Amino acid sequence: MTPDLLAALEKARAAKQPIVLATQLPGGEQCLLPDPGAPAAVNEAARAVLESDVSGTHKIDGVDWFMHAYNPPLRLVIVGAVHIAQALVQFSTSCGYATTVVDPRRSFASDERFPNVTISTEWPDEAMEAFKPDSRTAVVTLTHDPKLDDPALDRALKSGAFYIGALGSRRTHAARLKRLSDLGHTEEAMSRIRGPVGLNIEAVTAPEIAASIISEIIAVRRGAPLPPKSAPKTTPP
Amino acid sequence: MSDHVEDVLSTAAGWRAAGEQVAIATVTETWGSSPRPAGSQMAVTKSGRMAGSVSGGCIEGAVAEAAMKTLDSGIPQLLDFGVTHERAWEVGLACGGKVKVFVEKLS
Repeated sequence: MTPDLLAALEKARAAKQPIVLATQLPGGEQCLLPDPGAPAAVNEAARAVLESDVSGTHKIDGVDWFMHAYNPPLRLVIVGAVHIAQALVQFSTSCGYATTVVDPRRSFASDERFPNVTISTEWPDEAMEAFKPDSRTAVVTLTHDPKLDDPALDRALKSGAFYIGALGSRRTHAARLKRLSDLGHTEEAMSRIRGPVGLNIEAVTAPEIAASIISEIIAVRRGAPLPPKSAPKTTPP
Repeated sequence: MSDHVEDVLSTAAGWRAAGEQVAIATVTETWGSSPRPAGSQMAVTKSGRMAGSVSGGCIEGAVAEAAMKTLDSGIPQLLDFGVTHERAWEVGLACGGKVKVFVEKLS
């Protein structure tokens, strides 16, 4: 790879611009795509590779092209700068998620508790408006406080976020769904919310719960089959 | 984003900027049960630094060896590892998969 090409690739990535590094095999001639100067079929293949986020070798007009997709990082918004969030940011960062922690309570959302993470101390509804979750974004609410969690979940449901998770027991979750339905969300829409959040691995400690949450995010992202969440336990009369 | 272990390119670019001779190996095609998908990368320096992976650990040694050749010659290589390939048995691609790995120099 030439220094110019590497610099151009690094520049596009820093600008969070989706880009394909295309390499002709076996010779190794390289270019960045899409490029107005490249053949239409080659550009089209590059766009498909970015869309699916799956790199691979494609034969176009008898030439093997290795198309390496460089999409901007996946994003994770964590609402609630709580103990579990401290553990979750470590997992999410190492899995490559650009992570933002939202909590208007400054004693929770401090740099000391969250070094090297983007922190927003706006109210969750404002923070979510600014953040604009898309199909490469996961949203997790951890505050247990409806004043903070509900507005975030409301905005998340109106977005294309690929994962929405909310901490809370089955009973808490049932009450939460009732409040969200009062805001006009249908049952079908609310079924996007994974609650109680995380895979059921009988997690106890904050890092264990964080591990169950990041595992569930990965499972949803990769299309792994997941069991449905069980219904809230009803108290016998 | 450069602080996570999958971002081998940024690590390699950093090494290059620091004056190292750097080769990058990239998985370009896989068949069967290969553990790392196309696009997985490993960076190797002349001085022996290594980052990333192109398999579950079975072929990294052989790829690093090939990378040294590419660093010397400047010529890229397309390596083929698989159950039908003697060399692959030698280096032990025990998972039964097949991978192609493109090795290039950061000039």
